[in-house]
Amino acid sequence: MDAFLASPVGQVAITVAHSLAILVPLLIAVAYVTWAERKVLAAMQLRKGPNVVGPFGLLQPFADALKAMFKETVIPTGANRVLFMLAPMITVTLALIAWAVIPVADGWAAADINVGVLYLFAISSLGVYGIIIAGWASNSKYAFLGALRSAAQMVSYEVSIGFVIVTVLLWAGSLNLNEIVRAQERVWFFIPLFPMFVVFFISALAETNRAPFDLPEGESELVAGFFVEYSTIGFTLFFLGEYANIVLMSAMTAILFLGGWQPPLHVEPFTWIPGVVWFILKTAFFVFVFIWVRATFPRYRYDQLMRLGWKVFLPLSLFWLVVTAALLKLTGWLPA
Amino acid sequence: MLAAVAFYAFSAVLIASAAMVVVARNPVHSVLFLILAFFNAAGLMLIAGGEFLAMILVIVYVGAVAVLFLFVVMMLDVDFARMREGFQRYAPVGALVGGVLLVELLFVLGSWRFAPEAPGLRLSPNPGATVGNTEALARILYTDNVLLFQAAGVILLVAMIGAIVLTLRERPGTRRQVIAAQVARAPAETVVLRQVPIGAGLKNIGILRPPPAAEEREALSEPERHGHGGGHH
Repeated sequence: MDAFLASPVGQVAITVAHSLAILVPLLIAVAYVTWAERKVLAAMQLRKGPNVVGPFGLLQPFADALKAMFKETVIPTGANRVLFMLAPMITVTLALIAWAVIPVADGWAAADINVGVLYLFAISSLGVYGIIIAGWASNSKYAFLGALRSAAQMVSYEVSIGFVIVTVLLWAGSLNLNEIVRAQERVWFFIPLFPMFVVFFISALAETNRAPFDLPEGESELVAGFFVEYSTIGFTLFFLGEYANIVLMSAMTAILFLGGWQPPLHVEPFTWIPGVVWFILKTAFFVFVFIWVRATFPRYRYDQLMRLGWKVFLPLSLFWLVVTAALLKLTGWLPA
Repeated sequence: MLAAVAFYAFSAVLIASAAMVVVARNPVHSVLFLILAFFNAAGLMLIAGGEFLAMILVIVYVGAVAVLFLFVVMMLDVDFARMREGFQRYAPVGALVGGVLLVELLFVLGSWRFAPEAPGLRLSPNPGATVGNTEALARILYTDNVLLFQAAGVILLVAMIGAIVLTLRERPGTRRQVIAAQVARAPAETVVLRQVPIGAGLKNIGILRPPPAAEEREALSEPERHGHGGGHH
């Protein structure tokens, strides 16, 4: 057995098993995030939400997925067929491969690489391609407007996300996500870095094109923005990608600021609960906040969105980066 | 063995997509092939152990620079027939420039002398082998070469300021939103409560705008008598 696992075929088999162990729970979670969003929005608007398919509507996501898959695929005549089909695949692939480095419990990551944070940052900065290619390949005005908006928006907010991540790295002293979580054993980073925590979460909303920054979709003005021409599988994949990105950004917030799989206090009742449960609870909390924000805030105007990114978040995160670096240097708390 | 397979796969795709960048007729396809080339270059760096460089290549070039390329190229209204028309005419010039560059590169390569310790360090991204690639780079950049590193930063800053200066223009006649002024407005400065006497008309009391000065009021009251009360504009 050991000889087989050490062989190239065995290595590939291990990698496939790791990937499945991450992806299957993730996809089920994504299905239920769509359900949770409808339920939570319904509760906030004094409605019932899905309640017909299965108990409490629990089978609704699967019914929706099946329905979407068996509808007729429509590709617009003027569209660039290859890129049109490629765009949703890119979106969903990027949303899924980012999970390779997420540590769900102590050391539980499919790939425990040294530059985990950079990998996540790189993958999330690629998310814009699915949208921009979809917008261009659709050969439609609304789709193209949505794509242009999202290109500017996602590039803008990435900058402040980058500075926030650098600030966290200063406290953690490592690019490895496991090490970052271990560095939060005594104090979770959202306490010393509270303003950065807020900036990161709001930028995460913008990065995932969620309300109140959902201008690339803008149902009420661009009808559905970049994916207006998509139906069936393409639409389903965009939907899947969007929700997988929400879960990913929530997990990133939990890892960078809320101590990942660490219990809140290292004392008896908290340490009985395994780390993976803490991680899921924290991620679920941020997913809930994503939905809560959508139910609460109206859409931003585009110039105000740009102003917030470049004139508020960028100077603030730069300032806080310098303050943090100075503080760590002067107090000698800089991790070795 | 896996690493060898990955190396040849990445290299083959890299070269093929680099060729496609030049050959592709549609400029959007060219940019997308360029992105594919960047990706495979990052993969090659990962295999060589340069994990930090690989990630930075993806973040900076694919995540930011190529997005802006794509952004610009998509906005262009390119006439493909006319582009091909010029190919015959410009091909000799292009070939000449390419040829000169190639000869120059060959000269450089021929007269290049390696430092004695360089061949041993080739393709070793962490020379000490005790730390990762990221830390190895940081130890070189922030110690021995810190001045060069800072100089590179200053040059980029100057370029950035230059780009802003070239494109920034104050457009007269546009009403810009001053958010600080909006937020600083208090009800006391903007809202006036008035008791309107019955039959007094709105204009003389000054609702909707500050009451006019005494001589102005004289001029204003003239049309008022002819029954124009109410509307302001």
